[in-house]
Amino acid sequence: MAELSVHSPTSDIRADYMDLTRRKRVYNGVLLAIFVALMVAGFITADDRNAGGFWDGLHRLFDFPAEVLGEASEKLSELPAHFVTFFPSLIETVNIAGAATLLGALCAIVLSMLSTRGLARWPRMIPVFRRAMDIMRALPEIVVALVLIFVLGGGPVPAMIAIALHTSGALGKMFSEVNENASLKPVEGLQSVGASWSQRMILGVMPQVAPNYLSYALLRFEINIRASAILGFVGAGGIGYDLKNAMSWGQGQYDEAAAIFLLLFGTIVVVDQISSALRNRLTHGARLEATL
Amino acid sequence: MTMTDTATLKLQADTLFTRKRLTAFAFPAVILAYFAYIFFAFDIPGLSERVDLEHGKTLVSDTYSYKTHVTRDNRTAEVSIAVEGERKGTYPPGTAPDWVTLGDDTVIDLGRGNIVTFGPDIIRYNVKDYGTITARPGANGVQAVLPDGPVPDWISASKNRLSVTTDAGRLTITRNRTEVFRYSLGWELFFFTLDSPYHGMSFPDLVSRAFTGEAGAIFGDFWHNKMWRHSDVVWAIFETILMAFLGTMGAAIVALPLAFLAAKNFAPLMAIRFAARRLFDFFRGVDALIWTIILARAFGPGPLTGALAILITDTGSFGKMFSEALENVDAKQIEGIQSTGAKPLQRYRFGVIPQITPVLLSQILYFLESNTRSATIIGAITGGGIGLLLTQAMITQKDWEEVSYYIILIILMVMLMDWISGTLRRRLIKGGAAD
Repeated sequence: MAELSVHSPTSDIRADYMDLTRRKRVYNGVLLAIFVALMVAGFITADDRNAGGFWDGLHRLFDFPAEVLGEASEKLSELPAHFVTFFPSLIETVNIAGAATLLGALCAIVLSMLSTRGLARWPRMIPVFRRAMDIMRALPEIVVALVLIFVLGGGPVPAMIAIALHTSGALGKMFSEVNENASLKPVEGLQSVGASWSQRMILGVMPQVAPNYLSYALLRFEINIRASAILGFVGAGGIGYDLKNAMSWGQGQYDEAAAIFLLLFGTIVVVDQISSALRNRLTHGARLEATL
Repeated sequence: MTMTDTATLKLQADTLFTRKRLTAFAFPAVILAYFAYIFFAFDIPGLSERVDLEHGKTLVSDTYSYKTHVTRDNRTAEVSIAVEGERKGTYPPGTAPDWVTLGDDTVIDLGRGNIVTFGPDIIRYNVKDYGTITARPGANGVQAVLPDGPVPDWISASKNRLSVTTDAGRLTITRNRTEVFRYSLGWELFFFTLDSPYHGMSFPDLVSRAFTGEAGAIFGDFWHNKMWRHSDVVWAIFETILMAFLGTMGAAIVALPLAFLAAKNFAPLMAIRFAARRLFDFFRGVDALIWTIILARAFGPGPLTGALAILITDTGSFGKMFSEALENVDAKQIEGIQSTGAKPLQRYRFGVIPQITPVLLSQILYFLESNTRSATIIGAITGGGIGLLLTQAMITQKDWEEVSYYIILIILMVMLMDWISGTLRRRLIKGGAAD
């Protein structure tokens, strides 16, 4: 009796454990097999529906970059002049991103306050504002931009509105997650002295969350520069538009395309670096304050 | 002693407050100044000249209504009826919507007492609260006769052209052609086109027919609807999701081994680390736009190009994130595995991968959702998926109902992916906590 009660649980546990491990391994194996099958099938489908096949195109992959680089190196002396020519469009692209980020962030602040439990002006409306942000976030910028280009004509304004719309949805969600961690005590304190809703938000919540807001907004700015270059390509102004033109002139003009590639690449890298340094400092500073 | 201390402290506090107050005012002022600069840099005052309100009006009205054209060839007196004037939407000869009566006299009821009659050689339009307009188009022009009194501004009449625009519809008569537009609510022929026997059938009728063995035919007619091309649309959505899926997963597969090379605790050699990191920066810095252009040159337009563009860009992002995650792994677990005599590959498999899997998967899922949107955008540039359909519909500048249909589908698609990715991530975090 005593022997049994000692012996059987351990062997049971071992058997159970081995069984569990085996089952887990089988599940993982099946999942992996399904995943690999999906990848392969997906790749084959995509290859079938592509205009050119993968294996036919693979050796041509470097033809175009080589052509562009070759032409650029031939006309190396003209590159600085191209940089000067396209610099204003670059500024426009950056401005589209900057203005859209600012506009979007300002909208996002209001939207996020309106859709955070405990802070909302109209608590019953929280789901409405949340759904509105979901829809804004789900809309790809290019869709809004194309529709607006049709109505407003080409230029930076449709791109700015399109990016700002998407940004306010995306940042609104981030901001409201930040808001949820904000202490409500300053808000209650302000309420007790009769502050209005906007005063409570600006004086009670904003100082707590501003560093996090700024950090997210900087990250968005990086993303929006890329978006603004892409929107230029479909007709909104900026460097993307110049790139499209340079590409359509075709061979012999690729030195301009190369100059634009370089400008765009340089801008993205520089903005990424600056923003990540700033963001590091923001979170680092916040951490310092917390420890103090 | 303490007096001076407090005095200096007070001074410090005062300067600090002044500085804070200044920044509090300077921040909005800078933003305002920037917006003022943008206002003029983007030429917003000149926007009013560029705005095309007519375009906006067609766009909005097209999204919720459609028009049916009734056209009479004035030389042969033949009448044809077509939805949106398209060949795909033409009523077969001898059939007509219920507001048109065919016969020797074609009578078109535009509703609210407005009736247009195409006679053998005379066109009559009874406009409610105005009177009857007649015209005899032919070699001598339109020969329009209007009721007595001043000509209202919704009628424009000249020798060779008469155009009457009311809320009920529009009548245009030229020498060779008479055309009536009637506006109706909704999206035309969304389920079945006119050549399908199921057009105009009520829903219970359709269901009962579906149960008597016509389900396949009904679905076939719907699926191959020439106007809305449902099968193409579903394929396009699938292609877009496919691009996002292949791109994201492929990038994760490529980035994982590379991330080991860029992590401080796994790549002891500085040079390798530096090279791997610069490679990631390069992949990310050359934007998806440029990758798309380069890849489209080699592979042509299509979903594969889009998938590869996403793959390359995200390899950079994933590489950076994964290597950061790898630098944060706990070395104790690896040592524990090592103490059992595990080989390096086994150490990675059982000591490292389990630690980073939740982080990795949650990042991958997050990217999968955002890449659905990128795939739409890349599709619009390179030509694949729903992005292509959207740009095609926009280029025609008249199929705005299709544009709004696609936009709704895109929003639903992205929200669905958002929901799937969010649910999986939440479950992953919960599962990770339970472990």
